[in-house]
Amino acid sequence: MDKSEEAMQQVAENGKLNKDMPILSMKKLSKNYLLGEVEVHALREINLAIQEGEYIAIMGPSGSGKSTLLNMIGCLDHPSSGSYYLGGEDVSLLDDNRLSLIRGERIGFIFQSFNLINQLNVVENIEVSMYYQGIAERASFKRAKELAELVGLGERLHHRPFELSGGQQQRVAIARALANDPLIILADEPTGNLDSESGTDILVILDRLHKEGKTLISVTHDERIASHAERVIHLFDGKISKQEDQRV
Amino acid sequence: MFLFRVKRTVKLGIKSLWMHRMRSILTTLGIIFGVSSVIAMLAIGEGASKHAQEQIAKMGSQNIIIKSVKPPEDQEATGQQQSLLEYGLTYSDAERFRNSIPEVEVVVPNRILSKKVWYRNRRIDTTVIGTVPWYPELAPIELKMGRFISSVDTHYTQGICVVDEMVVDKLFVFDYPLGQDVKIGSDYYRVVGVVSPYESKSNGNNLNNGASSGQTQSQEGTNVGRIYIPLTTVRNRFGEISIQISGSSGANAERVELQEIIVKAGNIGKVLPTRDIIDTLLDRFHKKADYQITIPIALLKQAKESARIFSIVLGSIAAISLLVGGIGIMNIMLATVSERTREIGIRRALGAKKRDIMLQFLSETLLLTLIGGISGIILGVVMPLLVTHFANMPTVITVYSLVLAFGISATIGVMFGMYPAYRAANMDPIESLRHE
Repeated sequence: MDKSEEAMQQVAENGKLNKDMPILSMKKLSKNYLLGEVEVHALREINLAIQEGEYIAIMGPSGSGKSTLLNMIGCLDHPSSGSYYLGGEDVSLLDDNRLSLIRGERIGFIFQSFNLINQLNVVENIEVSMYYQGIAERASFKRAKELAELVGLGERLHHRPFELSGGQQQRVAIARALANDPLIILADEPTGNLDSESGTDILVILDRLHKEGKTLISVTHDERIASHAERVIHLFDGKISKQEDQRV
Repeated sequence: MFLFRVKRTVKLGIKSLWMHRMRSILTTLGIIFGVSSVIAMLAIGEGASKHAQEQIAKMGSQNIIIKSVKPPEDQEATGQQQSLLEYGLTYSDAERFRNSIPEVEVVVPNRILSKKVWYRNRRIDTTVIGTVPWYPELAPIELKMGRFISSVDTHYTQGICVVDEMVVDKLFVFDYPLGQDVKIGSDYYRVVGVVSPYESKSNGNNLNNGASSGQTQSQEGTNVGRIYIPLTTVRNRFGEISIQISGSSGANAERVELQEIIVKAGNIGKVLPTRDIIDTLLDRFHKKADYQITIPIALLKQAKESARIFSIVLGSIAAISLLVGGIGIMNIMLATVSERTREIGIRRALGAKKRDIMLQFLSETLLLTLIGGISGIILGVVMPLLVTHFANMPTVITVYSLVLAFGISATIGVMFGMYPAYRAANMDPIESLRHE
């Protein structure tokens, strides 16, 4: 009886996720890859559990394995060993198709460089992730419009990314991340490309999402984000070196 | 669900192509010209072949045409002066065809002469045909006015004639032709009827010449129109000896009874056996090879074969240009894929499967080729019309060529779209997200 069966059973019994069960858990997760001829140990036996509704900041110097961990959490990469449960399901062994589906369904990405698609307008950008989940056009348009209004872009539904400021673009990206109501919102330096004022706007929105009960994981250098987070995970040399609980 | 996906994918494709309008247009040009040249070339080929076939069919597919030819050994010996050369088909030949070959339905013996015709002070060179009343049964002429030669005319060797419309145009510019007298040689003939020209002006003559041989060709070459006179009258008034004066060798006299006998077989199936019988029969009575047998249906086969080759050649040239267009599209799509690496990464992160990415790029390529294909068809339909209008060449656009061209362009779209789409789908999402 291994852990995945246990978890599956639990899901089956409760019909939905147990409140106490972590929404995300990693057991002895390692990632090695070859850089030329040298084997790099990007992550070494990471153990991590995140509960629903938490606001996490992952910090660490460059080369500490932050990006690899982010890719791992975002189901963009397979671990070399260990297990990764997302929403009670072991996703470390899933094939590319299943993984794509899970990404769209359970992860909402926010990127440092916004990563909007240039030929699409605001609404259409928000709709992209819903499109791959097969949500009908009318429903997806309605939801995209609501989300755009939620992040304060109700007036700019048909603007293209290059007609928007950086802060506005990042707000579109946040709306897009929320579209499929994911388990986790995964942000990679969300304020990294913004001036401090726009950055503050984004932080306010993230705080609001946290208050609404969303689970946020943010990889960042920004001390401000770290100060908003409930828990800060410090990575060093592929290992978790320190965890700070900042809950008051 | 499926339709919904198709609709969205197509919408997305149009959006992306619209983003790079200029590039899309330039890319489709290859397909546009490829498709339109396939259609236009096939239309021109088809037109030429149809025209040739019509011409041949006009000569009568049941007909067997036997012509008198100057025998080869005598052709070399034309240096002998003042010798009377006797050769060619005779009245007895015609008689024999009629009496001894049951498959033969109609036999028309013709004398064909090149003469000057006068009307008042106008003169033209024309071809005079001494023939029988039933000539129109197997010749491609149609009575326009008056009547054709009757058996009474033949019996009484009447001095009447039937002219064709080309003669009418040249001679009777202001006068009503029926009842007028024209002068041929030293005699006058009354015009009793007008018929349509034997062949159309342009290709008709070539074809006629191809079918006939040697002397009649050179005789009819520059002549305008035809005048039909009862065979008996021609025989009486012009005799059977013709004298040609050629520069160095002096005068040559030839005696030819009939220049041509046209035989109509009972049905198309009997044409070939009848031809063989005629050949045997003539071989028995003619010491020299002074005749030539032509059957239009054999020409028809030839024409069809050469049209087929023509179409294949034109078609392959056009297909190659389509191929080149396809390669152009693949090239551009590969560039597009690498340019949009980041977009691919974003889409993959947002839940797109490999298949979704594949479909997206494949549909863009397909859209390009389909737009190219449709524009190509439009252009391909217009081009032959212009060719017909300006170059006066017949063209026939077949549905088959439209389907073929469109099919090829769609196939090329899938073929050359596959690889770029495959490349796009198999990009690593992490790498593509990092791509600048």
